[in-house]
Amino acid sequence: MSTVANTIFSPELAARFDKLVTIYPLRRSALVPMLLYAQDELGYVSDAAVHEIAARIGIFELDVRNVLSYYSMLRTKPAGKYNVQVCTNISCMLRGGYEILDHCKKKLGVENKGVTEDGQFSLEEVECIGACCWAPAMQVNYDFHEDLTPAKVDRILDDYAHGLGKDVK
Amino acid sequence: MPTLVSHPDEVKVISRRFGMGAAEIDKYIELDGYKAARLAAEKGPEWIIAEMKASGLRGRGGAGFPTGMKWSFVPKQSPKPKYVLVNGDESEPGTCKDHVIFLHDPHTVIEGAMIAGMAIGAKTGFIYLRGEYRYLLKIVEKAVADAYAKGFLGKNIFGIASLDFDVITQTGAGAYEVGEESALMESLEGKRGVPRIRPPFPAVVGLYGGPTIINNAETIAAVPHILNMGGEAYAKLGSERNGGTRLFGISGHVERPGIYELPMGYNLKKAIYEVAGGIKGGKKLKAVVPGGSSCPVLLPEEIDIGLDFDQMGKAGTMLGSGGIVVLDETVSIVEFALRVIKFYQHESCGWCIPCREGTDWIKKTLTRVYAGGGVKKDIDNVQYLAENMMGRTFCPLGDAAAMPTLGFVKKFRKEFEEYVDGKQSGTKLMPANDLVEIGSHS
Repeated sequence: MSTVANTIFSPELAARFDKLVTIYPLRRSALVPMLLYAQDELGYVSDAAVHEIAARIGIFELDVRNVLSYYSMLRTKPAGKYNVQVCTNISCMLRGGYEILDHCKKKLGVENKGVTEDGQFSLEEVECIGACCWAPAMQVNYDFHEDLTPAKVDRILDDYAHGLGKDVK
Repeated sequence: MPTLVSHPDEVKVISRRFGMGAAEIDKYIELDGYKAARLAAEKGPEWIIAEMKASGLRGRGGAGFPTGMKWSFVPKQSPKPKYVLVNGDESEPGTCKDHVIFLHDPHTVIEGAMIAGMAIGAKTGFIYLRGEYRYLLKIVEKAVADAYAKGFLGKNIFGIASLDFDVITQTGAGAYEVGEESALMESLEGKRGVPRIRPPFPAVVGLYGGPTIINNAETIAAVPHILNMGGEAYAKLGSERNGGTRLFGISGHVERPGIYELPMGYNLKKAIYEVAGGIKGGKKLKAVVPGGSSCPVLLPEEIDIGLDFDQMGKAGTMLGSGGIVVLDETVSIVEFALRVIKFYQHESCGWCIPCREGTDWIKKTLTRVYAGGGVKKDIDNVQYLAENMMGRTFCPLGDAAAMPTLGFVKKFRKEFEEYVDGKQSGTKLMPANDLVEIGSHS
């Protein structure tokens, strides 16, 4: 039973949030993880999520939005069911990161930050994801895919399209 | 899953449990896990700090500050609770060493944090992982839960009255700036990750206003090993004033990229040509970014030096985060410099004007040069902007953007000049139509 009546989150996430605000010396420390976990469940951080998170922590919605706008992983618009994030930073760039990004654009038929018409995939060029020694690399819903080639990308995206991809949320 | 590599020149201290299933607590205990914490609990804080000082361990995040000394700055008495904060917000381009620590040996980070807590009298530790490392966060969360279940965390650890230590894991949500210690504390307090002015330093006024030590995840991971083998023995593995070993991530144009644990002071040229198998495809070396993207570039004739904080400093660059990025002859330095500044412009938090405006104008200028519309004055302007960012910001991000830029412009001035004259060398990797996107900042 959630401490917030009429929560917009699933019972599991609401229970998780109930606990999360209590584990830190200050409730507000739960803000960044809550925004991320809310996004994982809803696909983006909606106005209703901002409202409820502010109430749960006991801060203004403005405080929540102030933080929300800072972190690059947080978004206020829906992404695809599978969010493909291709790294093009230096180590990946040297080993074909832009080629991989280009390949994804063609394969999915979308540009950077685009969502496919069926809502299955979205594509994003991202900064260093911490997989430099296994470059080029990308993440799909937090799962890392390394040492990429266009052929390998095809296999990975086909797997997701068929519901076989891993989701480590 | 990242591939593990190996080379006979490696000295495996931090990486000794990699690939052995030590993320499972029973395996970790079997491989000497939580022995150092027990020893530390018996010997007490003064002994821990003395061993840490003797080890010569210097901060693995990049600044290279002596860890034992950092811990000794924390006041013994404090009206506010003290904290240990493990920085696993690894975001410096070219760096992925903490990635493998969390993946293969998460307990060593927990144990190291616990020992740090004993040393300074903190009862709570935070392990902060960058948001992208969700699968690693899950591994660390499981390790923390297992450690509680076995009684290595919580109250009366090892049956010692009032030996309490709690670990709280935390995720970021995508911000390079949060890797900076004061911005990290802001983020952990649920705020935008902007830096704080110092003094006061975190050892006196840190997280929630309490005395805090912030150490890189690799630094903390080294702690249990140091206590097990003895500070002096650890120091002897490295070079003068640079104790121990380090995880070096070699990436870019090499035959065998990967994370290698090498003694401090190991020769950079050997690391590239022998350990990492040399330049990919037998091509010629053009340049090396030796310690993550913020370190000034080295030319092929400058790489016959030892990988430690002092030798790299003498060579006019930095050891940084140990992420060695190797560029072969096909790379256009103009393009590479633009890609680097594009990153820093994106990540500048905007708090300090020299960094916010400087990174933006350097990016705009280099974009024009890259697109073919540059003039010679642009090169001077880039240098002027970078020089005026140096040392004028709250946190080192401004320097981190300016230093590599100055390195590229000064060492490859001729290439920049030829580029604006229309003689463009190197294969273009960045698609031209991406230049519009580079301008977007979301």
